[in-house]
Amino acid sequence: MFEATTLNKRNQRVQELFRILFLMMTILLIVPVIIILGTLISKGGSIISYDFLFTNPTEGMTAGGIFPALLGTIWLVMVALLISVPIGVAAAVYLSEYAGDNWFTRIINLAIINLAGVPSIVHALFGVGAFVMFFGFGTSILAASLTLAIMTLPVVIVSTRESLQAVPFAFREACWNMGATRWQTIRQVVLPNSISGILTGIILEVSRTTGETAPIMFTGAVFFTPFLPQSVFDQTMAMSLHLFVVATQVPGVPDALPYGVALVLIGMVLLMNSASIAFRMYLRGKKKW
Amino acid sequence: MDNFDFDQRNLDWYIDKVVQTLVFIGGVSAIIFIIGIFIFIAKEGLSFILDTIDFKEFFTSPYWEPADEYAPEYGILALIAGTASVTGLAMIVAIPFSLGAAIYIGEFATGKKREYMKVLVELLAAIPSVVWGFIGLTIMNPLIIKLFNVPVGLNVLNAGIILGLMAAPIMTSIAEDALKAVPDRYREAAEAMGATRWQVIYKVVLPAAKNGLLGAILLGVGRGFGETMAVLMATGHSINLPTSVFDSVRALTATIAAELGETAQGSDHYGALFTIGIFLFLITFLINLTADLVVRGVKKGR
Repeated sequence: MFEATTLNKRNQRVQELFRILFLMMTILLIVPVIIILGTLISKGGSIISYDFLFTNPTEGMTAGGIFPALLGTIWLVMVALLISVPIGVAAAVYLSEYAGDNWFTRIINLAIINLAGVPSIVHALFGVGAFVMFFGFGTSILAASLTLAIMTLPVVIVSTRESLQAVPFAFREACWNMGATRWQTIRQVVLPNSISGILTGIILEVSRTTGETAPIMFTGAVFFTPFLPQSVFDQTMAMSLHLFVVATQVPGVPDALPYGVALVLIGMVLLMNSASIAFRMYLRGKKKW
Repeated sequence: MDNFDFDQRNLDWYIDKVVQTLVFIGGVSAIIFIIGIFIFIAKEGLSFILDTIDFKEFFTSPYWEPADEYAPEYGILALIAGTASVTGLAMIVAIPFSLGAAIYIGEFATGKKREYMKVLVELLAAIPSVVWGFIGLTIMNPLIIKLFNVPVGLNVLNAGIILGLMAAPIMTSIAEDALKAVPDRYREAAEAMGATRWQVIYKVVLPAAKNGLLGAILLGVGRGFGETMAVLMATGHSINLPTSVFDSVRALTATIAAELGETAQGSDHYGALFTIGIFLFLITFLINLTADLVVRGVKKGR
Protein backbone atom coordinates (compact mmCIF):
# COMPACT_ATOMS: atom_id res chain seq x y z
CA MET A 1 0.00 0.00 0.00
CA PHE A 2 2.85 2.38 0.85
CA GLU A 3 5.17 1.27 -1.90
CA ALA A 4 7.57 3.91 -3.09
CA THR A 5 6.83 5.19 -6.58
CA THR A 6 9.57 5.93 -9.08
CA LEU A 7 9.14 9.62 -8.30
CA ASN A 8 9.60 8.96 -4.58
CA LYS A 9 12.74 7.02 -5.26
CA ARG A 10 14.11 9.73 -7.51
CA ASN A 11 13.41 12.36 -4.86
CA GLN A 12 15.17 10.22 -2.29
CA ARG A 13 18.19 9.93 -4.52
CA VAL A 14 18.27 13.69 -5.10
CA GLN A 15 18.13 14.25 -1.35
CA GLU A 16 20.97 11.79 -0.77
CA LEU A 17 23.01 13.48 -3.49
CA PHE A 18 22.66 16.90 -1.90
CA ARG A 19 23.31 15.57 1.59
CA ILE A 20 26.61 14.10 0.42
CA LEU A 21 27.49 17.24 -1.55
CA PHE A 22 27.00 19.48 1.47
CA LEU A 23 28.84 17.05 3.73
CA MET A 24 31.80 17.16 1.32
CA MET A 25 31.72 20.96 1.38
CA THR A 26 31.77 21.01 5.18
CA ILE A 27 34.66 18.55 5.23
CA LEU A 28 36.57 20.49 2.57
CA LEU A 29 36.24 23.57 4.75
CA ILE A 30 37.73 21.81 7.75
CA VAL A 31 40.40 19.62 6.14
CA PRO A 32 42.78 22.41 4.99
CA VAL A 33 42.91 23.73 8.52
CA ILE A 34 43.83 20.32 9.90
CA ILE A 35 46.59 20.08 7.27
CA ILE A 36 47.79 23.55 8.25
CA LEU A 37 47.83 22.73 11.95
CA GLY A 38 49.70 19.53 11.18
CA THR A 39 52.31 21.44 9.17
CA LEU A 40 52.78 24.03 11.90
CA ILE A 41 53.25 21.33 14.51
CA SER A 42 55.61 19.21 12.42
CA LYS A 43 57.81 22.15 11.37
CA GLY A 44 57.65 24.29 14.50
CA GLY A 45 57.07 21.76 17.24
CA SER A 46 60.74 20.86 17.58
CA ILE A 47 61.86 24.40 18.42
CA ILE A 48 59.43 24.92 21.28
CA SER A 49 61.11 24.46 24.60
CA TYR A 50 61.34 26.16 27.98
CA ASP A 51 64.20 28.31 26.63
CA PHE A 52 62.24 29.28 23.51
CA LEU A 53 59.37 30.58 25.62
CA PHE A 54 61.40 32.26 28.36
CA THR A 55 64.49 33.81 26.82
CA ASN A 56 65.11 36.91 24.72
CA PRO A 57 65.62 36.79 20.96
CA THR A 58 69.31 36.96 20.06
CA GLU A 59 71.45 37.61 16.99
CA GLY A 60 69.06 40.04 15.32
CA MET A 61 66.03 37.89 16.10
CA THR A 62 67.39 34.91 14.15
CA ALA A 63 67.92 32.89 17.29
CA GLY A 64 66.87 32.72 20.92
CA GLY A 65 63.38 32.86 22.35
CA ILE A 66 60.21 34.88 22.30
CA PHE A 67 59.83 35.94 25.93
CA PRO A 68 59.49 39.74 25.37
CA ALA A 69 56.79 39.16 22.75
CA LEU A 70 54.93 36.74 24.99
CA LEU A 71 55.06 39.10 27.96
CA GLY A 72 54.12 42.06 25.75
CA THR A 73 51.03 40.29 24.46
CA ILE A 74 49.97 39.56 28.05
CA TRP A 75 50.39 43.26 28.93
CA LEU A 76 48.42 44.40 25.87
CA VAL A 77 45.59 41.95 26.47
CA MET A 78 45.29 42.68 30.19
CA VAL A 79 45.21 46.45 29.78
CA ALA A 80 42.71 46.11 26.90
CA LEU A 81 40.52 43.93 29.13
CA LEU A 82 40.61 46.45 31.99
CA ILE A 83 39.24 49.05 29.57
CA SER A 84 36.77 47.07 27.49
CA VAL A 85 35.15 44.81 30.10
CA PRO A 86 33.64 47.57 32.30
CA ILE A 87 32.44 49.56 29.27
CA GLY A 88 31.22 46.47 27.45
CA VAL A 89 29.35 45.03 30.42
CA ALA A 90 27.77 48.42 31.17
CA ALA A 91 26.66 48.73 27.56
CA ALA A 92 25.22 45.21 27.62
CA VAL A 93 23.37 45.88 30.88
CA TYR A 94 21.92 49.04 29.37
CA LEU A 95 20.84 47.28 26.17
CA SER A 96 19.40 44.26 27.95
CA GLU A 97 17.85 45.83 31.07
CA TYR A 98 17.06 49.45 30.30
CA ALA A 99 16.86 50.16 26.58
CA GLY A 100 13.46 50.22 24.94
CA ASP A 101 12.71 48.98 21.45
CA ASN A 102 13.16 52.32 19.74
CA TRP A 103 15.27 54.20 17.17
CA PHE A 104 17.93 55.10 19.71
CA THR A 105 18.57 51.45 20.58
CA ARG A 106 18.70 50.70 16.88
CA ILE A 107 21.41 53.30 16.40
CA ILE A 108 23.42 51.81 19.27
CA ASN A 109 23.09 48.36 17.70
CA LEU A 110 24.15 49.71 14.35
CA ALA A 111 27.17 51.37 15.97
CA ILE A 112 28.14 48.06 17.59
CA ILE A 113 27.83 46.21 14.28
CA ASN A 114 29.98 48.82 12.61
CA LEU A 115 32.56 48.83 15.37
CA ALA A 116 32.96 45.12 14.67
CA GLY A 117 32.93 45.62 10.91
CA VAL A 118 35.36 48.50 10.49
CA PRO A 119 38.64 47.12 9.08
CA SER A 120 41.32 46.55 11.70
CA ILE A 121 43.71 48.86 9.88
CA VAL A 122 41.17 51.69 10.15
CA HIS A 123 41.09 51.07 13.91
CA ALA A 124 44.87 51.40 13.74
CA LEU A 125 44.57 54.77 11.97
CA PHE A 126 42.12 55.86 14.64
CA GLY A 127 44.52 54.72 17.36
CA VAL A 128 47.34 56.71 15.78
CA GLY A 129 45.22 59.83 15.29
CA ALA A 130 43.49 59.74 18.65
CA PHE A 131 45.60 58.00 21.30
CA VAL A 132 49.16 58.25 19.99
CA MET A 133 48.91 61.89 18.89
CA PHE A 134 45.82 63.74 20.08
CA PHE A 135 45.86 62.41 23.64
CA GLY A 136 49.65 62.29 23.57
CA PHE A 137 50.16 58.74 24.85
CA GLY A 138 52.79 58.16 22.15
CA THR A 139 53.39 54.65 20.87
CA SER A 140 52.72 52.85 24.12
CA ILE A 141 50.95 49.87 25.59
CA LEU A 142 48.19 52.26 26.69
CA ALA A 143 47.54 53.55 23.16
CA ALA A 144 47.66 50.05 21.66
CA SER A 145 45.41 48.58 24.35
CA LEU A 146 42.86 51.37 23.98
CA THR A 147 42.75 50.68 20.25
CA LEU A 148 42.37 46.95 20.86
CA ALA A 149 39.73 47.55 23.54
CA ILE A 150 37.53 49.62 21.25
CA MET A 151 37.97 47.16 18.43
CA THR A 152 36.95 44.12 20.51
CA LEU A 153 34.24 45.94 22.48
CA PRO A 154 31.47 44.40 20.32
CA VAL A 155 32.59 40.89 21.35
CA VAL A 156 32.03 41.71 25.04
CA ILE A 157 28.79 43.60 24.45
CA VAL A 158 27.17 40.96 22.27
CA SER A 159 28.12 37.95 24.40
CA THR A 160 27.23 39.69 27.68
CA ARG A 161 23.89 40.87 26.33
CA GLU A 162 23.11 37.32 25.25
CA SER A 163 23.85 35.91 28.69
CA LEU A 164 21.82 38.63 30.41
CA GLN A 165 18.86 38.02 28.15
CA ALA A 166 19.05 34.30 28.83
CA VAL A 167 17.96 35.00 32.41
CA PRO A 168 14.17 34.49 32.41
CA PHE A 169 12.14 37.66 32.70
CA ALA A 170 10.09 36.14 35.54
CA PHE A 171 13.20 36.25 37.76
CA ARG A 172 13.30 40.02 37.41
CA GLU A 173 9.55 40.40 37.97
CA ALA A 174 9.75 38.34 41.14
CA CYS A 175 12.49 40.59 42.43
CA TRP A 176 10.70 43.82 41.51
CA ASN A 177 7.62 42.60 43.29
CA MET A 178 9.65 42.40 46.49
CA GLY A 179 10.25 46.13 46.16
CA ALA A 180 13.80 45.93 44.82
CA THR A 181 15.09 48.70 42.59
CA ARG A 182 16.28 47.95 39.09
CA TRP A 183 19.93 47.96 40.14
CA GLN A 184 19.29 45.71 43.12
CA THR A 185 17.56 43.30 40.76
CA ILE A 186 20.44 43.40 38.30
CA ARG A 187 23.13 42.99 40.96
CA GLN A 188 21.46 40.29 43.03
CA VAL A 189 19.49 38.33 40.45
CA VAL A 190 20.46 39.02 36.85
CA LEU A 191 24.26 39.22 37.14
CA PRO A 192 24.73 36.20 39.47
CA ASN A 193 22.63 34.13 37.08
CA SER A 194 24.61 35.19 34.03
CA ILE A 195 28.14 35.70 35.34
CA SER A 196 29.48 32.47 33.84
CA GLY A 197 28.11 33.38 30.43
CA ILE A 198 29.77 36.77 30.70
CA LEU A 199 33.09 35.12 31.60
CA THR A 200 32.79 32.89 28.53
CA GLY A 201 32.50 36.01 26.39
CA ILE A 202 35.50 37.60 28.07
CA ILE A 203 37.67 34.55 27.36
CA LEU A 204 36.59 34.86 23.73
CA GLU A 205 37.63 38.50 23.75
CA VAL A 206 41.04 37.63 25.19
CA SER A 207 41.52 35.21 22.33
CA ARG A 208 40.53 37.81 19.72
CA THR A 209 42.78 40.44 21.25
CA THR A 210 45.76 38.06 21.36
CA GLY A 211 45.71 37.48 17.63
CA GLU A 212 45.20 41.04 16.39
CA THR A 213 48.15 42.56 14.59
CA ALA A 214 47.20 45.56 12.46
CA PRO A 215 45.74 47.70 15.30
CA ILE A 216 48.90 47.48 17.41
CA MET A 217 51.49 47.89 14.63
CA PHE A 218 51.64 51.67 14.85
CA THR A 219 50.14 52.31 18.25
CA GLY A 220 52.37 50.48 20.70
CA ALA A 221 53.95 47.29 19.44
CA VAL A 222 57.43 47.48 17.94
CA PHE A 223 59.53 45.07 15.89
CA PHE A 224 62.18 44.77 18.55
CA THR A 225 63.01 46.26 21.91
CA PRO A 226 65.61 44.95 24.31
CA PHE A 227 63.58 46.14 27.29
CA LEU A 228 60.65 44.45 28.94
CA PRO A 229 57.72 46.80 29.52
CA GLN A 230 57.71 48.43 32.96
CA SER A 231 54.54 50.52 32.67
CA VAL A 232 51.66 51.18 30.29
CA PHE A 233 53.62 54.06 28.75
CA ASP A 234 56.35 51.75 27.41
CA GLN A 235 56.52 50.22 23.97
CA THR A 236 56.52 46.48 23.73
CA MET A 237 56.95 43.52 21.45
CA ALA A 238 53.92 41.31 20.77
CA MET A 239 53.43 37.73 19.58
CA SER A 240 51.30 38.53 16.55
CA LEU A 241 53.59 41.28 15.29
CA HIS A 242 56.64 39.14 16.10
CA LEU A 243 55.30 36.45 13.75
CA PHE A 244 54.89 39.04 10.99
CA VAL A 245 58.41 40.35 11.63
CA VAL A 246 60.26 37.03 11.68
CA ALA A 247 58.24 35.78 8.70
CA THR A 248 58.75 38.80 6.44
CA GLN A 249 61.13 41.43 7.77
CA VAL A 250 64.20 39.66 9.08
CA PRO A 251 66.63 37.98 6.66
CA GLY A 252 68.32 34.75 7.58
CA VAL A 253 65.78 33.42 10.05
CA PRO A 254 66.05 29.63 10.40
CA ASP A 255 62.96 27.88 9.03
CA ALA A 256 61.70 26.48 12.30
CA LEU A 257 61.63 29.83 14.15
CA PRO A 258 58.58 31.47 12.49
CA TYR A 259 56.73 28.13 12.55
CA GLY A 260 57.43 27.96 16.27
CA VAL A 261 56.13 31.50 16.83
CA ALA A 262 53.02 30.74 14.74
CA LEU A 263 52.45 27.55 16.68
CA VAL A 264 52.66 29.28 20.07
CA LEU A 265 50.33 32.07 18.90
CA ILE A 266 47.73 29.74 17.40
CA GLY A 267 48.07 27.48 20.43
CA MET A 268 47.25 30.36 22.79
CA VAL A 269 44.25 31.41 20.71
CA LEU A 270 42.80 27.95 20.18
CA LEU A 271 43.35 27.01 23.82
CA MET A 272 41.36 30.00 25.02
CA ASN A 273 38.63 29.43 22.46
CA SER A 274 38.34 25.78 23.39
CA ALA A 275 38.17 26.73 27.06
CA SER A 276 35.40 29.20 26.27
CA ILE A 277 33.45 26.61 24.28
CA ALA A 278 33.92 23.87 26.89
CA PHE A 279 32.83 26.27 29.63
CA ARG A 280 29.73 27.18 27.64
CA MET A 281 28.77 23.55 27.10
CA TYR A 282 29.28 22.75 30.76
CA LEU A 283 27.00 25.66 31.67
CA ARG A 284 24.34 24.59 29.22
CA GLY A 285 24.30 21.17 30.85
CA LYS A 286 23.92 22.74 34.29
CA LYS A 287 21.17 25.19 33.43
CA LYS A 288 18.22 25.01 35.81
CA TRP A 289 15.58 26.70 33.69
CA MET B 1 -0.13 54.57 57.87
CA ASP B 2 -1.77 57.59 56.29
CA ASN B 3 1.47 59.51 55.96
CA PHE B 4 3.29 56.60 54.24
CA ASP B 5 5.51 58.10 51.60
CA PHE B 6 5.60 56.13 48.35
CA ASP B 7 8.13 58.53 46.94
CA GLN B 8 11.02 57.18 48.99
CA ARG B 9 14.10 58.91 47.68
CA ASN B 10 16.44 56.96 49.90
CA LEU B 11 20.02 55.88 49.23
CA ASP B 12 18.94 52.91 47.10
CA TRP B 13 16.93 55.19 44.88
CA TYR B 14 19.93 57.42 44.26
CA ILE B 15 22.26 54.46 43.66
CA ASP B 16 19.75 53.17 41.13
CA LYS B 17 19.78 56.48 39.28
CA VAL B 18 23.58 56.67 39.28
CA VAL B 19 23.86 53.14 37.90
CA GLN B 20 21.25 53.90 35.28
CA THR B 21 23.31 56.87 34.14
CA LEU B 22 26.55 54.85 34.13
CA VAL B 23 25.19 51.99 32.04
CA PHE B 24 23.59 54.50 29.71
CA ILE B 25 27.02 56.04 29.15
CA GLY B 26 28.30 52.52 28.43
CA GLY B 27 25.54 52.02 25.89
CA VAL B 28 26.16 55.34 24.21
CA SER B 29 29.93 54.70 24.13
CA ALA B 30 29.55 52.52 21.03
CA ILE B 31 28.05 55.48 19.18
CA ILE B 32 30.72 57.82 20.54
CA PHE B 33 33.50 55.48 19.44
CA ILE B 34 32.21 54.98 15.91
CA ILE B 35 31.78 58.74 15.47
CA GLY B 36 35.18 59.27 17.11
CA ILE B 37 36.81 56.89 14.65
CA PHE B 38 35.37 58.82 11.73
CA ILE B 39 36.29 62.22 13.16
CA PHE B 40 39.88 61.29 13.94
CA ILE B 41 40.67 59.66 10.60
CA ALA B 42 38.84 62.47 8.78
CA LYS B 43 40.85 65.05 10.73
CA GLU B 44 44.16 63.55 9.63
CA GLY B 45 43.03 63.15 6.05
CA LEU B 46 41.30 66.51 5.75
CA SER B 47 44.17 68.74 4.64
CA PHE B 48 45.12 66.22 1.97
CA ILE B 49 41.53 66.07 0.74
CA LEU B 50 41.18 69.84 0.68
CA ASP B 51 44.58 70.85 -0.69
CA THR B 52 46.20 68.09 -2.66
CA ILE B 53 43.66 65.62 -3.85
CA ASP B 54 42.20 65.54 -7.33
CA PHE B 55 39.26 63.20 -6.83
CA LYS B 56 39.17 62.11 -10.43
CA GLU B 57 42.84 61.22 -10.39
CA PHE B 58 42.63 59.62 -6.95
CA PHE B 59 40.02 57.11 -8.02
CA THR B 60 40.93 56.59 -11.67
CA SER B 61 44.71 56.66 -11.80
CA PRO B 62 46.46 53.30 -11.41
CA TYR B 63 49.69 54.99 -10.34
CA TRP B 64 50.43 54.93 -6.62
CA GLU B 65 53.86 56.50 -6.18
CA PRO B 66 53.59 58.57 -3.03
CA ALA B 67 57.29 58.33 -2.25
CA ASP B 68 58.39 59.93 -5.52
CA GLU B 69 60.31 63.07 -4.56
CA TYR B 70 59.42 65.23 -7.59
CA ALA B 71 56.09 64.04 -8.88
CA PRO B 72 54.32 61.88 -6.30
CA GLU B 73 51.20 60.20 -7.67
CA TYR B 74 48.19 59.25 -5.61
CA GLY B 75 45.99 56.94 -7.65
CA ILE B 76 44.26 54.13 -5.84
CA LEU B 77 42.64 52.39 -8.83
CA ALA B 78 45.19 49.57 -8.79
CA LEU B 79 44.74 49.18 -5.03
CA ILE B 80 40.96 49.04 -5.43
CA ALA B 81 41.44 46.46 -8.18
CA GLY B 82 43.70 44.47 -5.87
CA THR B 83 41.22 44.50 -3.02
CA ALA B 84 38.29 43.76 -5.34
CA SER B 85 39.96 40.87 -7.14
CA VAL B 86 41.09 39.19 -3.93
CA THR B 87 37.73 39.72 -2.20
CA GLY B 88 35.90 38.54 -5.33
CA LEU B 89 37.88 35.32 -5.54
CA ALA B 90 37.51 34.81 -1.79
CA MET B 91 33.74 35.04 -2.14
CA ILE B 92 33.73 32.55 -5.04
CA VAL B 93 35.46 30.16 -2.63
CA ALA B 94 33.58 31.09 0.54
CA ILE B 95 29.95 31.54 -0.56
CA PRO B 96 29.22 28.02 -1.88
CA PHE B 97 31.25 26.32 0.83
CA SER B 98 29.87 28.32 3.73
CA LEU B 99 26.26 28.00 2.55
CA GLY B 100 26.78 24.28 1.86
CA ALA B 101 28.32 23.77 5.29
CA ALA B 102 25.58 25.82 6.96
CA ILE B 103 22.87 23.73 5.26
CA TYR B 104 24.60 20.51 6.23
CA ILE B 105 25.16 21.52 9.84
CA GLY B 106 21.77 23.18 10.24
CA GLU B 107 19.51 20.82 8.29
CA PHE B 108 21.15 17.42 7.82
CA ALA B 109 23.48 16.83 10.75
CA THR B 110 22.00 15.80 14.06
CA GLY B 111 23.00 15.37 17.69
CA LYS B 112 26.67 15.05 18.60
CA LYS B 113 27.91 15.29 15.03
CA ARG B 114 26.25 18.64 14.65
CA GLU B 115 27.74 19.91 17.93
CA TYR B 116 31.25 18.82 16.94
CA MET B 117 30.97 20.48 13.54
CA LYS B 118 29.74 23.72 15.06
CA VAL B 119 32.65 23.75 17.50
CA LEU B 120 35.15 23.08 14.69
CA VAL B 121 33.73 25.91 12.60
CA GLU B 122 33.94 28.22 15.60
CA LEU B 123 37.58 27.28 16.18
CA LEU B 124 38.39 27.92 12.51
CA ALA B 125 36.98 31.41 12.84
CA ALA B 126 39.39 32.06 15.71
CA ILE B 127 42.64 31.62 13.78
CA PRO B 128 44.35 35.06 13.71
CA SER B 129 44.81 36.76 10.36
CA VAL B 130 48.57 37.04 10.77
CA VAL B 131 48.72 33.24 11.03
CA TRP B 132 46.67 32.94 7.83
CA GLY B 133 49.11 35.34 6.16
CA PHE B 134 51.99 33.19 7.35
CA ILE B 135 50.27 30.13 5.88
CA GLY B 136 49.89 31.96 2.55
CA LEU B 137 53.55 32.78 2.64
CA THR B 138 54.96 29.41 3.64
CA ILE B 139 52.47 26.73 2.58
CA MET B 140 50.36 28.15 -0.27
CA ASN B 141 53.21 29.99 -2.00
CA PRO B 142 55.39 26.95 -2.85
CA LEU B 143 52.26 24.90 -3.52
CA ILE B 144 51.00 27.33 -6.18
CA ILE B 145 54.46 27.62 -7.77
CA LYS B 146 54.66 23.84 -8.06
CA LEU B 147 51.07 23.17 -9.15
CA PHE B 148 50.72 25.87 -11.79
CA ASN B 149 54.36 26.26 -12.76
CA VAL B 150 54.38 30.04 -12.21
CA PRO B 151 57.37 32.10 -11.00
CA VAL B 152 55.60 33.70 -8.01
CA GLY B 153 53.04 32.10 -5.75
CA LEU B 154 52.09 35.26 -3.89
CA ASN B 155 49.17 36.47 -5.98
CA VAL B 156 45.40 36.90 -6.28
CA LEU B 157 44.89 33.13 -6.20
CA ASN B 158 46.86 32.68 -2.99
CA ALA B 159 45.28 35.59 -1.11
CA GLY B 160 41.81 34.77 -2.49
CA ILE B 161 41.91 31.20 -1.20
CA ILE B 162 43.37 32.26 2.15
CA LEU B 163 40.75 34.97 2.54
CA GLY B 164 38.00 32.59 1.45
CA LEU B 165 39.05 30.06 4.08
CA MET B 166 39.15 32.88 6.66
CA ALA B 167 35.74 34.27 5.83
CA ALA B 168 33.94 30.94 5.38
CA PRO B 169 33.64 29.93 9.07
CA ILE B 170 32.10 33.25 10.08
CA MET B 171 29.74 33.17 7.12
CA THR B 172 28.83 29.57 8.00
CA SER B 173 27.94 30.56 11.57
CA ILE B 174 25.77 33.49 10.50
CA ALA B 175 24.11 31.52 7.71
CA GLU B 176 23.39 28.67 10.10
CA ASP B 177 21.77 31.15 12.50
CA ALA B 178 19.61 32.38 9.63
CA LEU B 179 18.49 28.82 8.86
CA LYS B 180 17.79 28.19 12.54
CA ALA B 181 15.59 31.29 12.63
CA VAL B 182 13.15 29.60 10.23
CA PRO B 183 10.38 28.19 12.47
CA ASP B 184 10.20 24.39 12.68
CA ARG B 185 6.52 24.40 11.89
CA TYR B 186 7.39 25.45 8.31
CA ARG B 187 9.49 22.31 7.96
CA GLU B 188 6.89 20.14 9.65
CA ALA B 189 4.14 21.39 7.35
CA ALA B 190 6.20 20.59 4.28
CA GLU B 191 7.27 17.19 5.61
CA ALA B 192 3.64 16.34 6.40
CA MET B 193 2.88 16.81 2.73
CA GLY B 194 5.45 14.19 1.83
CA ALA B 195 8.36 16.39 0.86
CA THR B 196 11.86 14.95 1.19
CA ARG B 197 14.43 16.72 3.35
CA TRP B 198 16.00 18.33 0.30
CA GLN B 199 12.64 19.51 -1.00
CA VAL B 200 11.93 21.05 2.38
CA ILE B 201 15.26 22.87 2.33
CA TYR B 202 15.05 23.96 -1.28
CA LYS B 203 11.40 25.02 -1.40
CA VAL B 204 10.74 26.15 2.16
CA VAL B 205 13.80 26.81 4.32
CA LEU B 206 16.04 28.59 1.82
CA PRO B 207 13.34 31.01 0.57
CA ALA B 208 12.37 31.78 4.17
CA ALA B 209 15.99 32.35 5.22
CA LYS B 210 16.90 34.26 2.06
CA ASN B 211 17.55 37.62 3.69
CA GLY B 212 19.56 36.19 6.56
CA LEU B 213 21.75 34.30 4.10
CA LEU B 214 22.23 37.45 2.05
CA GLY B 215 23.25 39.22 5.26
CA ALA B 216 25.82 36.49 5.93
CA ILE B 217 27.28 36.96 2.44
CA LEU B 218 27.43 40.74 2.84
CA LEU B 219 29.24 40.44 6.17
CA GLY B 220 31.68 38.06 4.49
CA VAL B 221 32.32 40.64 1.77
CA GLY B 222 32.89 43.34 4.38
CA ARG B 223 35.25 41.04 6.20
CA GLY B 224 37.26 40.29 3.07
CA PHE B 225 37.37 43.93 2.15
CA GLY B 226 38.81 44.99 5.48
CA GLU B 227 41.23 42.13 6.05
CA THR B 228 44.75 43.44 6.44
CA MET B 229 47.55 41.15 7.60
CA ALA B 230 46.69 38.06 5.55
CA VAL B 231 46.30 40.16 2.42
CA LEU B 232 49.52 42.04 3.11
CA MET B 233 51.48 38.80 3.34
CA ALA B 234 49.82 36.69 0.63
CA THR B 235 49.16 39.04 -2.30
CA GLY B 236 52.78 39.75 -3.20
CA HIS B 237 52.16 43.43 -2.47
CA SER B 238 53.01 44.80 -5.91
CA ILE B 239 50.93 47.44 -7.64
CA ASN B 240 49.11 45.89 -10.56
CA LEU B 241 45.84 45.94 -12.43
CA PRO B 242 45.42 42.16 -12.36
CA THR B 243 44.64 40.36 -15.60
CA SER B 244 44.84 36.84 -14.23
CA VAL B 245 44.71 35.13 -10.84
CA PHE B 246 48.46 34.63 -11.05
CA ASP B 247 49.20 38.37 -10.93
CA SER B 248 50.52 39.86 -7.73
CA VAL B 249 48.42 42.74 -6.45
CA ARG B 250 48.30 45.17 -3.58
CA ALA B 251 45.25 45.84 -1.41
CA LEU B 252 44.01 49.12 0.08
CA THR B 253 44.35 47.89 3.65
CA ALA B 254 47.80 46.41 3.07
CA THR B 255 49.05 49.69 1.61
CA ILE B 256 48.21 51.51 4.84
CA ALA B 257 49.78 48.78 6.94
CA ALA B 258 52.97 48.77 4.92
CA GLU B 259 53.48 52.49 4.52
CA LEU B 260 52.11 54.25 7.59
CA GLY B 261 55.26 53.51 9.57
CA GLU B 262 57.54 55.30 7.14
CA THR B 263 55.60 58.52 6.54
CA ALA B 264 56.00 61.81 8.37
CA GLN B 265 52.93 63.05 10.18
CA GLY B 266 51.21 65.80 8.20
CA SER B 267 52.87 64.95 4.89
CA ASP B 268 50.80 64.38 1.74
CA HIS B 269 51.64 60.68 1.79
CA TYR B 270 50.39 60.46 5.38
CA GLY B 271 47.19 62.31 4.44
CA ALA B 272 46.69 60.04 1.44
CA LEU B 273 46.88 56.94 3.65
CA PHE B 274 44.26 58.39 5.99
CA THR B 275 42.11 59.25 2.96
CA ILE B 276 42.24 55.58 1.99
CA GLY B 277 41.18 54.89 5.58
CA ILE B 278 38.16 57.18 5.19
CA PHE B 279 37.26 55.40 1.97
CA LEU B 280 37.52 51.99 3.67
CA PHE B 281 35.47 53.21 6.62
CA LEU B 282 32.68 54.51 4.38
CA ILE B 283 32.56 51.37 2.22
CA THR B 284 32.43 48.98 5.17
CA PHE B 285 29.89 51.22 6.88
CA LEU B 286 27.71 50.98 3.79
CA ILE B 287 28.11 47.19 3.57
CA ASN B 288 27.23 46.75 7.26
CA LEU B 289 24.28 49.10 7.02
CA THR B 290 22.94 47.21 4.00
CA ALA B 291 23.44 43.86 5.75
CA ASP B 292 21.59 45.17 8.79
CA LEU B 293 18.68 46.48 6.72
CA VAL B 294 18.46 43.25 4.72
CA VAL B 295 18.44 41.06 7.82
CA ARG B 296 15.98 43.35 9.58
CA GLY B 297 13.68 43.04 6.58
CA VAL B 298 13.17 39.37 7.44
CA LYS B 299 12.31 40.03 11.03
CA LYS B 300 9.67 42.57 10.10
CA GLY B 301 8.04 40.13 7.70
CA ARG B 302 7.48 37.55 10.40
